[in-house]
Amino acid sequence: MKRAVTISVNGVSHATGVEPRTLLVHFLREHLNLTGTHVGCDTSNCGACTVWLDGMAVKSCTVLAVQADGSEVTTIEGVSANGELHPMQRAFHETHGLQCGYCTPGMVMAAIKLLEANPDPSDAEIRRGLEGNLCRCTGYENIVAAVRAAASGVTV
Amino acid sequence: MAIASEQSKGIGQAVHRKEDRKLLTGKGRYVDDLKLPGMQHMAIVRSTHAHADITAIETSQAKAMPGVTAVLTGEDLEFAAGVPCASNPTGEMVHPVRPPLAKGRVRHAGEPVAVVLASDRYAAADAAAMIEISYSPLPAVVTPEEALADGAPRVHEELDSNVALVLAHSTDNVDDAFAKADVVVKQTIRNQRLIHVPIETRGVVADWNTASDELTVHSSTQVPHFLRTFLAIVCGVSEAKVRAIAPDVGGGFGSKLNAYAEEFVAAAASRKIGAPVKWIEERSEAMLATCHGRAQDAHMELAATTDGKVLAMRAHYVQDYGSYLQMLTPLISQLTLLMSPGAYAIPEVDVTVTNVYTNTVPTDALRGAGRPEATHAIERIMDILALELGMSRTEVRRRNFPQEFPFTTAIGLMYDSGDYEGTLAKLLELSDSKADFERRRQEAAARGKRLGRGLSTYVEVCGFVPSDVARSALGLTPGGWESSTVRMHPTGKVTVITGTSPHGQGHATSWSQIVETELGIPFDDVEVIHGDTAFAPYGLGTYGSRSLAVGGTAVHLAATKVREKARLVAAQMLEAAADDLEFSGGTFSVKGSPDKSVTMQEVAFRAWQAFEMPEGVTPGLDETVFFDPPNCVFPFGAHGCEVEVDEETGKVEITSYIAVDDCGNVVNPMIVDGQVHGGVAHGIGQALYEGAVYDANGQLLTGSLVEYVIPSAVEIPSIQTHRTVTPSPTNPLGVKGIGEAGTIASTPAVVGAVCHALGVRDLDMPLQPETVWRAMEKGGTA
Repeated sequence: MKRAVTISVNGVSHATGVEPRTLLVHFLREHLNLTGTHVGCDTSNCGACTVWLDGMAVKSCTVLAVQADGSEVTTIEGVSANGELHPMQRAFHETHGLQCGYCTPGMVMAAIKLLEANPDPSDAEIRRGLEGNLCRCTGYENIVAAVRAAASGVTV
Repeated sequence: MAIASEQSKGIGQAVHRKEDRKLLTGKGRYVDDLKLPGMQHMAIVRSTHAHADITAIETSQAKAMPGVTAVLTGEDLEFAAGVPCASNPTGEMVHPVRPPLAKGRVRHAGEPVAVVLASDRYAAADAAAMIEISYSPLPAVVTPEEALADGAPRVHEELDSNVALVLAHSTDNVDDAFAKADVVVKQTIRNQRLIHVPIETRGVVADWNTASDELTVHSSTQVPHFLRTFLAIVCGVSEAKVRAIAPDVGGGFGSKLNAYAEEFVAAAASRKIGAPVKWIEERSEAMLATCHGRAQDAHMELAATTDGKVLAMRAHYVQDYGSYLQMLTPLISQLTLLMSPGAYAIPEVDVTVTNVYTNTVPTDALRGAGRPEATHAIERIMDILALELGMSRTEVRRRNFPQEFPFTTAIGLMYDSGDYEGTLAKLLELSDSKADFERRRQEAAARGKRLGRGLSTYVEVCGFVPSDVARSALGLTPGGWESSTVRMHPTGKVTVITGTSPHGQGHATSWSQIVETELGIPFDDVEVIHGDTAFAPYGLGTYGSRSLAVGGTAVHLAATKVREKARLVAAQMLEAAADDLEFSGGTFSVKGSPDKSVTMQEVAFRAWQAFEMPEGVTPGLDETVFFDPPNCVFPFGAHGCEVEVDEETGKVEITSYIAVDDCGNVVNPMIVDGQVHGGVAHGIGQALYEGAVYDANGQLLTGSLVEYVIPSAVEIPSIQTHRTVTPSPTNPLGVKGIGEAGTIASTPAVVGAVCHALGVRDLDMPLQPETVWRAMEKGGTA
């Protein structure tokens, strides 16, 4: 039995029906074809599915689509505007903060919110702030560097 | 080789990656992002027993569920062969046949038994839950000790025992050397079972066109060409009709260096139902059914003189193969054997490897693949020797380094180039003095912390592999070459087609740098195609830190061939002799008349027109090279770290980490550093956090990322990377490999540091707080 929902995603309103059990991440990926948001685990450990829900970074594998009814969602596809990379995306590029790229969208979404909450974090605060996002490629060194670079506005 | 200028994006420059933009903006294309018309989703029902006979499979309820297209079992799908293994070290090893879907018997918990095809993943999962499988359980052997016991139940009834293979290598005078030795040290050193955990799990979309009999498979794989060959063999279809594509791949670490049951099942199911089939592995399935790694115990013994010279080594390894042979299962412990003496000139060796079947997930390559095991064992026993001799850990290492290269080990490998003293000296130069450390150690003790320092000096083997070595020394079915095409278009742009299959390593960037250096074509005008069997002639893929040394060299050689052909065309255009031309910055000019010149782009256009071609020169600039390396390459280095152990909780914090690596010449230092960072983090994971655990019945207790801890940014310290450069003589680029070095080096350095902090000989990994706390409770005599 489908439930009617209205969810705004990246500024576009979607009024549609979803099964109550549909996860937000599957709604985004499979109903809206926004495949930049990834799934990496079953247990909310990895953070690859991180999106913004009404301005908060959330793991979209742990939110039902019906819970997002009436909400505004932003995914990685909605972060950059007019073909310009967001300063955080630019910082990841310039510091080599990504390798396979699979954790990257979630990492970027979490990192932007981290800086909104704490515009000048220490390295330890960056590491604690990204604890919910796992990366297996980078050893986190350049992810931390990216967030630091974005915080200080030193990207090219 | 042309020299890169300061402004260039050629070899040696820290060029930002051309791969990044799509990945940063959500425009990557991973397997799960693909949708094909009529595509059905596959869910897999897996064995709940470690060892059992299947007595009945009840599928009628599942078949009646909404959205279900088909339910298939091992009886419904015909295969021409079992899941393949491409390694037979002795040539005489029996490969037990494993059908892609179990028939009759299961041999590990998680083995695929039945599949559901349905219109979406939710419907498929619902129906899978309705399949009832009846089992008649059999006794399981979960550890090698159980498997080797007298009268143990056999994993494969058709074999005489659970011993799959014994490998051995010895020199003539080992016993004499032990008899003469001043000191003998012994220790059992364990590499626990690990799970790879790339953040993207496995996934496959198989599309079998039943009208044309063409099969297209998108798979999250490191080896699309091997996959195509094996799909043809296992599914019984012409290889010429199979296309395998690795799209963007979200990490592998060896777990995707394989051809898996699920890939064959998805292909066969697509043929059966006449529609594309998608299977995306759940994380819980990845833990339970993707191959595992390590699971090797080393019984080490060193004979030495009082001044620290090692005279001989005895090493007996016991490798847990798990229940079946995956693609390279037997190769892994063979690589351990080959690298068992590590970075030391040990004249006499006696090495055996006992490889054992158990009722667990098969083991295979995991970042480092046999070399981390070898390195951990030799590095730990060298620390123990230093402790026994009352000598510093650096000094005992230094006294056993080979002094001249190439160096042939007692195993018979020829280490191509090295300066092991150099990397160790650099590490010591970058580290605190002993006095400073001791002062900080005392300060820390006052606040309930124990400080320790550890190091490793490693050498590893990569750049797999000369094809004749693949056959004669390793018993591999394929050789070890790599292919590359460099194609110039009429407009002066370049397409590179590589047989390597990157999944994070940045080959599109590095290969473009090589082309810029060789042809003078701007980096941004080069596109790199990889991971698609429709383009490349054949490629052996990406694993074992081989891609640059073998695949990058193939790119270099193909570009060189393009340049040399272009020189002939340019000579015709300039009405000069080819020998009279100079090539610099992408331009051919006549020696002494620099105004008489043509650019590489102009030459490419002329070669495409094929007007007035020199005699015997064919149209086009499009060259393909297959490069078979003359030797492997042997990167090396010295890593050191400091840890702080909390006395109350046993928690270990790494407070500094310094890596000094030598991987020969460097194409992109930014990428090399990134590989070291990731490798070190992976090795720290093994040292401190990760371990796959089965219960006595063969049930996996670490079935999710809640129980199996991979480190987050909080657990990983800042990693300082440094280099020395000792070019490899093995290839014209002078390069080695760096993808696994960090993993190989870091695990023993971290364990050594914790043992130093606690004043113990050795500890079994992972050094989770409980293990460390118990060791402290025992008063430092673990």
